[in-house]
Amino acid sequence: MDFALLVGIFPQVLLDGLLLGFMYALIALGYTMVYGVLEFINFAHSEIFIVGAFVGAEILLGLKNTGALETLPWALVLLGVMLAGMLASGLLAVSIERVAYRPLRAAPRLIPLISAIGMSFFLQDVIRLVESLWRNAFNLVYPTLEPLNERFELSSTIDVSAKSLVVIVVALLMLWGLHALVNRTKIGAAIRAVAEDQAAASLMGIDVNRIISLTFLIGGAMGGAAGVLFGVQYSLINPYTGFIPGLKAFTAAVLGGIGNIPGAMLGGIVLGLLEAFAASYMSLLTGGAFGAEYKDIFAFSVLILILIFRPKGLLGEVVRERA
Amino acid sequence: MKKTRIRSVLALGAALAIALLPLGSGPAAQGKTIKIATQSPLSGGQAALGEGIKLGTQLAVEKFKGNLEKAGFKVELVPYDDQAKPDVGVSNAKNIIADKAIMVVIGHLNSGVAIPSSEVYKEDTLAMISPANTNEKVTDRGYPNVNRVCGRDDVQGPVGAEFAAGTLKVKTAYVLHDKTTYGQGVAEAFKNDLEKKGVKIIGFEGTEEKSNFDPIITPIKAKNPELVYFGGIYDQGAPFFKQAREKGVKAKFLGPDGMDSSDFVKIGGKTVVGTYYTTAAAPASSPQAKQFGEDYKKKFGKNPEPYAAESYVATAIAIKALEEVTKGGKAPSREAVSAAIRKVKYAGMTGSIDFDDKGDPKKASYYVMQVTTDNPEKWSENKEAKRLAIAAPAMKK
Repeated sequence: MDFALLVGIFPQVLLDGLLLGFMYALIALGYTMVYGVLEFINFAHSEIFIVGAFVGAEILLGLKNTGALETLPWALVLLGVMLAGMLASGLLAVSIERVAYRPLRAAPRLIPLISAIGMSFFLQDVIRLVESLWRNAFNLVYPTLEPLNERFELSSTIDVSAKSLVVIVVALLMLWGLHALVNRTKIGAAIRAVAEDQAAASLMGIDVNRIISLTFLIGGAMGGAAGVLFGVQYSLINPYTGFIPGLKAFTAAVLGGIGNIPGAMLGGIVLGLLEAFAASYMSLLTGGAFGAEYKDIFAFSVLILILIFRPKGLLGEVVRERA
Repeated sequence: MKKTRIRSVLALGAALAIALLPLGSGPAAQGKTIKIATQSPLSGGQAALGEGIKLGTQLAVEKFKGNLEKAGFKVELVPYDDQAKPDVGVSNAKNIIADKAIMVVIGHLNSGVAIPSSEVYKEDTLAMISPANTNEKVTDRGYPNVNRVCGRDDVQGPVGAEFAAGTLKVKTAYVLHDKTTYGQGVAEAFKNDLEKKGVKIIGFEGTEEKSNFDPIITPIKAKNPELVYFGGIYDQGAPFFKQAREKGVKAKFLGPDGMDSSDFVKIGGKTVVGTYYTTAAAPASSPQAKQFGEDYKKKFGKNPEPYAAESYVATAIAIKALEEVTKGGKAPSREAVSAAIRKVKYAGMTGSIDFDDKGDPKKASYYVMQVTTDNPEKWSENKEAKRLAIAAPAMKK
């Protein structure tokens, strides 16, 4: 075993893991927001997330065709594309809630869950249909924003790309913004009230349906932003791409303590780090006996252990804030 | 495509096929219509390649059906979408053998789909000519109805190894594969042969990852191999090579014919220019291939994808065999068509093809190509780096 190699790649693996973790955290917010308010898992969130990525890709491709992609400043383009992705995903989430969940709100807990899974499959194939009619394509390639591909060499073994930094900065800003919104504003108070007790909140003059729609809007928008960042970072998307990251993000939300916003972030980062370290180190440490393909097995085994000892997740009991 | 799944699908498929088939189905009843079926993914991530198989077949049917029509037969093409999934392929196969007018199947794209589906065709000795399935098992089962016009993974891997060690003269290599029948098979063949040639393999890994290759690339970069090999299909290979290059991996890149699609550069862009790939598909440089390319473009408005030419050749062989068995206007039987295909000698744009006793071409050509431009339109202009004609290995006992 090459000890110098193991130590040498450590900082880079840490960075890879953090980046992946922030990506999971952003997606996990959508699961956790909705769960906080409705105690219901919105399995269609992975498709809400990937719709954001598709909308972003279409806009970028449009800009590229008109030649505007090279002339406009990249920060402006990215901001615009992210806002568009957020809007599309947010509105989609609200309409899904209206169509597929609200009519079932009084039904037993399992019924909307099944509805959500159905919605997830439905959306995957709708995206596939639309894309194949519109572009006759299955895989969509994100046009590159050149300045984002720049890499900074921190040392001979560590380097970081501009787009990774953007992902981390945007994720931190959004998590902070969401936290502030829920805890420091009137709307946030209303969301927390609905989460606490719908009947009582409605007696206090809060329009429960509107607040629930708003929750879906915010959660969906976060997913849409994550989708655009995912596309920029990994450059290839297809209608089924959302499923696996969605599942991982859901796990991250549970790990952090579902319904808890800082928990989603912590869970995402822990999962991202576990995965990165497993994938990079497993084959080095076992001499090739266990390769990178076991990363999920390793990561999820650790998750099971954590959940055995902390069934409500890492932050599930400590912070009694739900939103 | 996991082995267990294939096995259970296979068992189920075979059981159903036996149950559903009337015993000793004789010559086709409908007589006057001959259908040629294609099975390839027409939707999903590999649809570009699958559509090429369908269109190549269509072009050949239209070009060569004349004699059969003169003999009084109507020739029809029936395309099936196997979605690159073994279960879909097998259920299509059952529909295909139920349609007694279908005399030959051109397909599939994926070996993992072709193998279980051909178990179904075999029940009724329905001929299959594969334009693209390079896995050994496709023909090594020794079925009388299964043929291919392309090369084999256990040769394609060594061709890559020969090129890496002999031409590129690398000393170290890192091998990654996608854990499918095809990708892992060709990667293992490549690795074993490269080791025999004295090249050091400093990593051998499988992954199903499709988006984030960071944690796999970090150790590769640290180990700094001279060559990175990816055994798999372009929709995974292109993002992997792209991210590796962007992350600063300086190695040369090599892959099998799964990389042979214009989508490879559409996804990878500038970062994958210079990548080498081995393929059994002939480059579009010969005059016959040029003519085919022009006809194809005129008819369908796009350049032929890899394996479109092989499908065209496979169909031409099928039609030659059909002409043979329908001499005198008699209705063909599936057994007779299968037997006649084995006897066809055909010289086409992919070289001259005649089949050995297990359905492999006696001598297949393999090419090492290099990506020369990031323009997907110009994929067919990729540079030929090396060409080898190798006989298929004899059947393993």
